[in-house]
Amino acid sequence: MDYITDHYNYWIVIFLMMVGFYIVITANNLVKKIVGLNIFQTSVFMMYISFGKITGGSAPILADGIDTYSNPLPHVLILTAIVVGVATTAVGLSLIIRIKRAYGSVEENELEEKDLQDLNNHSVHQSASTQQLNKDVAL
Amino acid sequence: MSLLIDLVLLAMLALTALRIVFLKDLFAVVMLFGIYSFLSAVIFVNLDAVDVAFTEASVGAGISAVLMLVTLALTERKEVEDKRPKLMPFLAVVLTGSVLIYGTVDMPDFGHSNNPVHEHVAPRYIETSPTEIGLPNMVTSVLASYRGFDTLGETFVVFSALVGVLALLGIRRKGDEDDTPGAHESPFETHSVLSTVAKLLIPLVVLFALYVQFHGDFGPGGGFQAGVIAAAALILYSLVFNLDSAFKVVPPKLLIFLAPFGALLYASVGLVSMARGGNFLDYNVLAADPVAGQHIGIIVIELGVGITVFAVMLSIFYAFASQAAFKRSGGTR
Repeated sequence: MDYITDHYNYWIVIFLMMVGFYIVITANNLVKKIVGLNIFQTSVFMMYISFGKITGGSAPILADGIDTYSNPLPHVLILTAIVVGVATTAVGLSLIIRIKRAYGSVEENELEEKDLQDLNNHSVHQSASTQQLNKDVAL
Repeated sequence: MSLLIDLVLLAMLALTALRIVFLKDLFAVVMLFGIYSFLSAVIFVNLDAVDVAFTEASVGAGISAVLMLVTLALTERKEVEDKRPKLMPFLAVVLTGSVLIYGTVDMPDFGHSNNPVHEHVAPRYIETSPTEIGLPNMVTSVLASYRGFDTLGETFVVFSALVGVLALLGIRRKGDEDDTPGAHESPFETHSVLSTVAKLLIPLVVLFALYVQFHGDFGPGGGFQAGVIAAAALILYSLVFNLDSAFKVVPPKLLIFLAPFGALLYASVGLVSMARGGNFLDYNVLAADPVAGQHIGIIVIELGVGITVFAVMLSIFYAFASQAAFKRSGGTR
């Protein structure tokens, strides 16, 4: 039982991290991918805060009658990371809005299809112009 | 008891995350993500990280969810079914996960006070910061003073995210060349219950933001949280009334001035301390008494952080919401 409670937090962190990872790989919609990235990110936050906890300790704010404080350093690192995280999420979401405008879709498979179509059209166009060029040279 | 709460809440968090995997309705995904953030905030409180919980509750459950909802309004609400096989990703995830779980065998036990992480600088912060910096909140002491240079970097990262969003989207104002009248009107404006409650709440939220800003040295709080809470008050205002009224209260031009101003205010404290013969961001030299110097330095840099975070969060929301307002009016681009 002790072994389980000593490692439970780490196992949940890994589970969350893998759930986030799986969403990032398999999600078709780009907004859902961002949610997956955020879950991955939160799992790392959870890991740092778990490191800092001391059983029986208190929040690191000086008070009378308390002699054990949890470690303040991970709190500082994660506090700023959360705000930076939402700022980068906003950049990701605005990229998605631009993708929607350029492609008319935010689904990964539809984006791939459109890219392939564009590529084919482009190469057809290019081979036609090469033939034209060859004709011109022959003439 | 604390351990039991930890076990139950973490299990709930894992279930919420698992549910998100299988949902195709993106609105529900975003709502579950809000719940997920709020649950993690509660877990942070239980793990003694009150400052972190504060930030996560206002950022994750508040701002992130609003930005995601606006993005959904501009894109699609349902995820399209994907026919690609899911077996390989699943195997990759299970394999990575099991290697990581094998790694936890060597990890120090959770919650023990003799873990390596508590051995190096942490005891020094806990023992000497209340007398050296003179603040009861050790998180603020470490954030603003011992690791002040790091926090300056974070503030500039937040600012550069705003530069990225504005470069990608920009803020559409009324009267832009391709705008139509009535684009910025809120659908809730005629809803009298919402607008009355919002009118009552918004001043209190702003007051609370100021309290969090200036009381952060003594209790949980500080510039990051205060900036986000103040931005949330105005986001509520522009959601319930309309974007144009919010533009009148806090014009986008003012925000674009405030965002770099806060970050530069922070950096200027460093320059002043250099001019007075100390190192960059060494607050001891700011006043005759080192502890008083620390107080002045921390109040000014927390103010800088608060201003930048407020301006960045609100202008990011403006950028997103003005796109949605433009789309609602029938814009094509």
